[in-house]
Amino acid sequence: MNLQADLLVLLPELTLAVGAMVLLIGGVVGGDRTTGTVSWLAILLLATAGIIVYRDAPASAFGGAFVVDGFARFVKLLILTGSALCILMAKEFFDRDKRVRFELPIIMLLATLGMLLMVSASSFIALYMGLELQSLALYVLAAFNRDSLRSTEAGLKYFVLGALSSGMLLYGISLIYGFTGSTEFAVIAHAAGSGFNLGLIFGIVFLVAGLAFKVGAVPFHMWTPDVYEGAPTPVTAFFVTAAKVAAFALFIRAIIVPFVHSVHEWQQIIIVVSVLSSVLGAVAAIGQTNIKRLLAYSSIGHVGYALLGLAAGSAYGIQGMLLYLAFYLVTNLGMFACVAAMRRNGESIEDIRDLAGLSRTAPHYAFAFAALTLSLAGLPPLAGFAAKFYVFGAAMQAGLIIPAVINVVASVAGAFYYLRILQIMYFDDPKPAFDRGTGAGTAAVMWAATAVSIVFFFIPGPAIAVAGQAAQALFS
Amino acid sequence: MLLQTIAFYAFSAILLASAFMVISARNPVHSVFFLILAFFNAAGLFVLLGAEFLAMILVIVYVGAVAVLFLFVVMMLDVDFAELKSGAQQYILVGGGVGIVLLLELIGSAMMWKFSPAATVAAAHPTPTGISNTEAIGRILYTDYIYYFQIAGLVLLVAMIGAIVLTLRHRPGVRRQDIGKQNARVASEAMALVDVKPGQGA
Repeated sequence: MNLQADLLVLLPELTLAVGAMVLLIGGVVGGDRTTGTVSWLAILLLATAGIIVYRDAPASAFGGAFVVDGFARFVKLLILTGSALCILMAKEFFDRDKRVRFELPIIMLLATLGMLLMVSASSFIALYMGLELQSLALYVLAAFNRDSLRSTEAGLKYFVLGALSSGMLLYGISLIYGFTGSTEFAVIAHAAGSGFNLGLIFGIVFLVAGLAFKVGAVPFHMWTPDVYEGAPTPVTAFFVTAAKVAAFALFIRAIIVPFVHSVHEWQQIIIVVSVLSSVLGAVAAIGQTNIKRLLAYSSIGHVGYALLGLAAGSAYGIQGMLLYLAFYLVTNLGMFACVAAMRRNGESIEDIRDLAGLSRTAPHYAFAFAALTLSLAGLPPLAGFAAKFYVFGAAMQAGLIIPAVINVVASVAGAFYYLRILQIMYFDDPKPAFDRGTGAGTAAVMWAATAVSIVFFFIPGPAIAVAGQAAQALFS
Repeated sequence: MLLQTIAFYAFSAILLASAFMVISARNPVHSVFFLILAFFNAAGLFVLLGAEFLAMILVIVYVGAVAVLFLFVVMMLDVDFAELKSGAQQYILVGGGVGIVLLLELIGSAMMWKFSPAATVAAAHPTPTGISNTEAIGRILYTDYIYYFQIAGLVLLVAMIGAIVLTLRHRPGVRRQDIGKQNARVASEAMALVDVKPGQGA
């Protein structure tokens, strides 16, 4: 094994790791005054890593534990974009709160590093290590606002349930290892292809349970609303966008690559999880008044729709799912930029009734908010519709007619609560205007996301082609 | 061989009994002591299996650090464990039922267990011949498994930063020791001679 060649494959991750440590030293020496600089440098690091990832050629390192392929590249670019924009929003958000701390961008960087390792993991040990690196950073981020009771509660809840899910995941991995004699995906695929056993199915069930927790799918979703509501808004944005995409990528690779020959063994589990998630997401969000809690339930619903692509178990399904993840990341970045901008008299507000009459007090802001909401609801002519179309189409093609129909019905029912936000913004009596001076970065994220949501519907071609190549990489 | 069998049953029996006592002991300090006993017996089982490195790690890490930390936490914090446990009683039926079902299922799968034909080829040998297993781990940990080893280091770094972020507070007005300042003190700054007149006090 040639260590130097292996390290070259790992270059984007090394950049982030070394960069984060250097920034940490800088921050410790300079104190919280340097937060702005540290944030910008962190964004620069993420951009550098993005460029390296973009130029990466397919390779594998460390005896097959770490792979770079089209799939990894696609997802990594999504994650890096999400992380960079979340750090930008976090900087402006905490600046306005006057609670800047230089550790925030550094922990976000390290979490991102964990995500990149997860996406490239091609053995169960690598998968688990990356996952823990990411999770541990996320637990800290959830509790970051340590003087707030809700934030600390969110952190603790996430930590305890996360530890439980890690336990289940490891137990599943140990069963799979026991049957196949290896933790490497390629070897497992070979071993599982040559015979199947009840014990292996148990392993897959535990594995799926652990992974379903990480993506927040029913019945492992209980932490989602509390954590998303309690964590500071930019951190929630980070959870919903980058962290969720990384967890999905891990889910896809850990199911598809080792068990590609036994789709029928795990397909039913994914279908049940998918249908339950979309139905619960649609129903439970209706009664919510806190916008972050509402978006948490909406994210549970979206997890359900996206998992339908995985349930299809085909390259076409994964392609649809990747498109869905891209749409989901972009739209939620914009959505949370809107939420971060909700402030009155210097206080963050999260009640959707406070949005009343926004169309008159801030028409442009209301337009972006409305467009992103409709995109999440999946109405044409916006990205959400196109993304749902591809996922459901893939499921139909794989013969999953009934689950697809249930998901479509759930998505129509779910449109109700999105439209209620619109009704409040456009038809209710105006409340006092929000504070001005959102921050240029947050506003830019909001408008860029809105623009992409609209453009994606009309010109989906390039994204579809790229997602298709990424999905093919898993099946070759 | 007989001695090994006796040792195995002794370790296992004490392990199970003390594990049960961990959750059933009334006094939380006793629970922690039983936990330590359980760790020691598990270490004994590892030694019987020929995995002396794992046995030592178990004793050093779990007994030496984790369990002692537990003990400190239990003794330092004023947690009313009786109250915590009282809530658990009402879930015992449901929880126990789910646990038993899961156990039966797992036993079922263990009875049906077989290895994939490819697994025998893929599985690594537990210990290479001629060297102890501590040496065997040492040979691969920093070479073949350098990648995992380094990520583990990063995980610990995150844990450290996280602990500091969540607990460290900079309080104003804290008196800190400044050794340079202490050493630079001279008698004229530190002392004042007061001429006390008889019968008046200072």
